[in-house]
Amino acid sequence: MQEARPLLEAIGVSLRFGGVRALTDVSFQVRQGEIFSIIGPNGAGKTSMVNCISGRYRPTEGQIRFEGQDITRLRPNRRAAIGIGRTFQNLALFGHMTVLDNIMVGRHHLLRKGFLPGMIYWLGGAQREEIAHRREVEEIIDFLEIQHVRKAVAGQLSYGLRKRVELARAVALKPKLILLDEPMAGMNLEEKEDMARYILDLNEEWGMTVLMIEHDMGVVMDISHRVMVLDFGRKIAEGAPEAVLADEHVKRAYLGEATEASQDTAEPETVA
Amino acid sequence: MDWPLLLQLTLNGLIVGALYGVVAMSFVLIYKASQVVNFAQGEFLLVGAWVCWWLLTDWQLPFWAGFLFTLAFMTLFGIIIQVVVLRPLIGEPVISVIMATIGLGIFFQALMKWIFGVFAKPFPPIFAADQVSVLGLQVQTVYLLSLGISVLIMLGFAWFFTFSKHGLAMRATAFDQQVAQSLGVSVPKVFAMSWAISAVVSAVAGVVVGVVNGVSSALSFYGIKVFPAVILGGLDSILGAVLGGLIVGVLENWAQYLDAEWLNWGNMYTIAPFYALILILLIKPYGLFGTKNIERV
Repeated sequence: MQEARPLLEAIGVSLRFGGVRALTDVSFQVRQGEIFSIIGPNGAGKTSMVNCISGRYRPTEGQIRFEGQDITRLRPNRRAAIGIGRTFQNLALFGHMTVLDNIMVGRHHLLRKGFLPGMIYWLGGAQREEIAHRREVEEIIDFLEIQHVRKAVAGQLSYGLRKRVELARAVALKPKLILLDEPMAGMNLEEKEDMARYILDLNEEWGMTVLMIEHDMGVVMDISHRVMVLDFGRKIAEGAPEAVLADEHVKRAYLGEATEASQDTAEPETVA
Repeated sequence: MDWPLLLQLTLNGLIVGALYGVVAMSFVLIYKASQVVNFAQGEFLLVGAWVCWWLLTDWQLPFWAGFLFTLAFMTLFGIIIQVVVLRPLIGEPVISVIMATIGLGIFFQALMKWIFGVFAKPFPPIFAADQVSVLGLQVQTVYLLSLGISVLIMLGFAWFFTFSKHGLAMRATAFDQQVAQSLGVSVPKVFAMSWAISAVVSAVAGVVVGVVNGVSSALSFYGIKVFPAVILGGLDSILGAVLGGLIVGVLENWAQYLDAEWLNWGNMYTIAPFYALILILLIKPYGLFGTKNIERV
């Protein structure tokens, strides 16, 4: 892992829904070129954190910085345009569309040609542009090994394949930072291994910085460079995987041996 | 049986039906993109037709210029309506949004009467020959043109949604706004665009009908007529809207025929589509092509 400037910074991020504190004063940095994982028990605020980064939620307090720029108040679609892509915990493919169309939506902000040149398709160079995009999309399709289903309707694919298509769509954005919300949930062992390999390749060959939420400890410990642990909306540990595993707080959060440990924090609802 | 009359009526039905289809398509477009049932669709026709009429008579513009200006105006009109009236209503209950569109309809209905009066006004003559003969049937030139325009608009829609960047973005938004946003699609822009396109396409239909029948507030009745068409095809299916429009058009004219030949009840022409609407809702509540909404309790 190379020492590098932070690509993403969260500074004192808190998120409240009425009286429910989903996140309390969480700060961390994701460095350029690393795989950074957020782990924690159910309802710990992992997805809330990702939603703050992708722009679905706006933090009640604190700041999110991307490449040194404050993006706390930026709209989600603008964040996609400056290089933050994401996948969703519950599959969110466009079910009626083909795999190819799903991925082409991911190219949306990269397609320069607007409405009028698009109307005069063959004159405006839009066709040439589309061919270039198709080539890149095919590369992504090759990489994720979904060639055989690319004309299929997304809603009809198996779960593992759909997860892969969703990843392909996020990759098609060409993001600098890709947020993966439980990329391996509900997968069998083989599918998990494949997914882990894709994530590693994305990071090493495609140079994408990865921020991942995942429950499978084996995978998290294997491929992450650094890990942050959330519990009841607070950060309780951060560091290299081995160090985090050995941490007392983490053990307590996961094994729950000391029940009074969490009594000082308000009992938060599960926040998706 | 009066075969030539039946044939003539069927042809008329198809031509008018294509126009219904076009208006129904623009109705479905708004519904699909922004989940708004637009009760002011008929007034879009009305406004478009009056603006074009005004440009042609008061400004003495040639038809093509007036027509293009009308389209440009309607683009702006659609965007402004969306931004000013409907954007603040995002997230409000469906019924509020429906009331707002009904209000819009009444407002523009009254505004047009106020500006242009309550009497039907004819367009200046546009074509050299009023009627042409196609295979022995008399067809109004403007209807022929309208059929051509309708088909062009339908092909345009098909192309737009299948191949263009914005069409893809619109389909994505219709499916899941949040995901579309995460992929860089600006949802407010997509909404505004769908209203603009819808207004423009409705105005085209408005102008065509205005040229045939003269411009009057009766035009907005088309906004009501699209309901059987849209429900028949399925509220969220563009193809269904086109077919629904054609079916309603033909049905109207056949009902007319039936009435004229045997029943002599009068007014079947206007009523028949709505009987059909009720029947369809009883048998296929989601329309021929609509998405079945499966709700788990």
